[in-house]
Amino acid sequence: MSKMSKVVVPEMPPLEREMIALRIANMLEDGSYVNLGIGIPTLVSNWIEGRDIIIQAEIGMLKCGPLADEGEQDQDRINASCQFVHEMPGCSYFNVETSFAMIRGGRMDVAVLGALQVSAKGDLAGWNNPARGLGKTGNIGGSMDLAVGAAKLIVAMEHFTPGGEPKILDVCNYPLTAKECVDVIVTNYALIEVTPKGLVLKEAIPGITAEDVQKMTAAKLIVADDFHEMEL
Amino acid sequence: MDKTYASVEEAIADIPDGATIAFGSFFTAGKPTALTKALAKKGVKDLTIVVQQVGTGNEEMLELVTNGQIKKAICNYPFPRSASKGAQHPFEQAVRNGKIKLEIYPIGTFVEKLRCAGAGIPGFYTPTGVGTVVGEGKEVRVFNGIECLLELALPVDYAFVHAWKGDREGNLVYRFTAQNYNNAMAMAGKVTIAEVETLVDAGELDPNFIHTPGIFVKRVVETGRPEFNSAAV
Repeated sequence: MSKMSKVVVPEMPPLEREMIALRIANMLEDGSYVNLGIGIPTLVSNWIEGRDIIIQAEIGMLKCGPLADEGEQDQDRINASCQFVHEMPGCSYFNVETSFAMIRGGRMDVAVLGALQVSAKGDLAGWNNPARGLGKTGNIGGSMDLAVGAAKLIVAMEHFTPGGEPKILDVCNYPLTAKECVDVIVTNYALIEVTPKGLVLKEAIPGITAEDVQKMTAAKLIVADDFHEMEL
Repeated sequence: MDKTYASVEEAIADIPDGATIAFGSFFTAGKPTALTKALAKKGVKDLTIVVQQVGTGNEEMLELVTNGQIKKAICNYPFPRSASKGAQHPFEQAVRNGKIKLEIYPIGTFVEKLRCAGAGIPGFYTPTGVGTVVGEGKEVRVFNGIECLLELALPVDYAFVHAWKGDREGNLVYRFTAQNYNNAMAMAGKVTIAEVETLVDAGELDPNFIHTPGIFVKRVVETGRPEFNSAAV
């Protein structure tokens, strides 16, 4: 597809990354098993204290707890982003083949992943930014398995690239992580659901209209009947 | 059956040029540091290495890169996360300039290829990677309406694993998330060499809590507790 021209961004300040994470934390149901990817998704864990949400770290840990401060760090206890973590009561450790049996076997209720691009059909591109010039190689990690295996896939991302180009497009032009896998997109301006009819705009942040979100998005949006202001 | 070796040098003495070697490690956790350093010192060449990442968290692998010992790498998260770190990184540069050939897989596929090699299963189908560069050139078959890729088992000549405790018979116990790939690699290795922090006699490990049974391990060497590594990747 043709390169998108830059869009005029409304003056309304977008959500901070922590607030995107909060909106997603509020979507998670108690009793669910959740995997959080690198970046904004990791911040979701800051908003679930005291809730019955079980975090899986794909390195091989269930009931992964908060980050461990200096002095409490154990070199053998890290999450998949190589951060030192605590374990929660009821924690278990296992090998990577078991970890990905959980992921591909459909046991993850929710995966939250970052993205470089999402298409109108819910295709996800998140592992290879062509600007880095690595061709067909790059860091796949667990993203392709999570995108295919998780029951629900939530994308947490900023609405635009650092260069100001929209990240929600008719068709992704970056290498794909998986086809037709995304269920919900939460950005610093809006919450959009991927449905068989297309992208449905459900929420926008205060001061931003449905029209504004459409102008910032390079794919057609259907405005939901119950479209409303995002509550945090 | 006593499988212990007195030193890492003796444990790797027969590794020839051209060998395929798997290395445990998920960034800093569970990496066979002593075996890797001994391999760099030994200087064998034309190696194919199988490891999650090269030199991010397991910095000792960079010596294999700068020594020119690696011909090919099979990875799932090969490079530093940040592009600017990658631009300074010997492994990424060696891949960019064609000195090292790189093959990549999603983690679930990567580890299942190893597990299958150890389990006598020549290949498997998975929906992961369909419609991506990972699927290019691979056989696709539809199961229950879902497209799946044929992926093949990945046997390795040698596997280097790191365990918390091991006994003389090769039974291994890992600690917390240092477990990671070590079991699957031990299974995939024709010759699996375990470096263990603490070596004990047969009968001293609780047989209810063995992670890798000794049948998968050919050689055991005691290397002590590694230094604390707080390297952020």
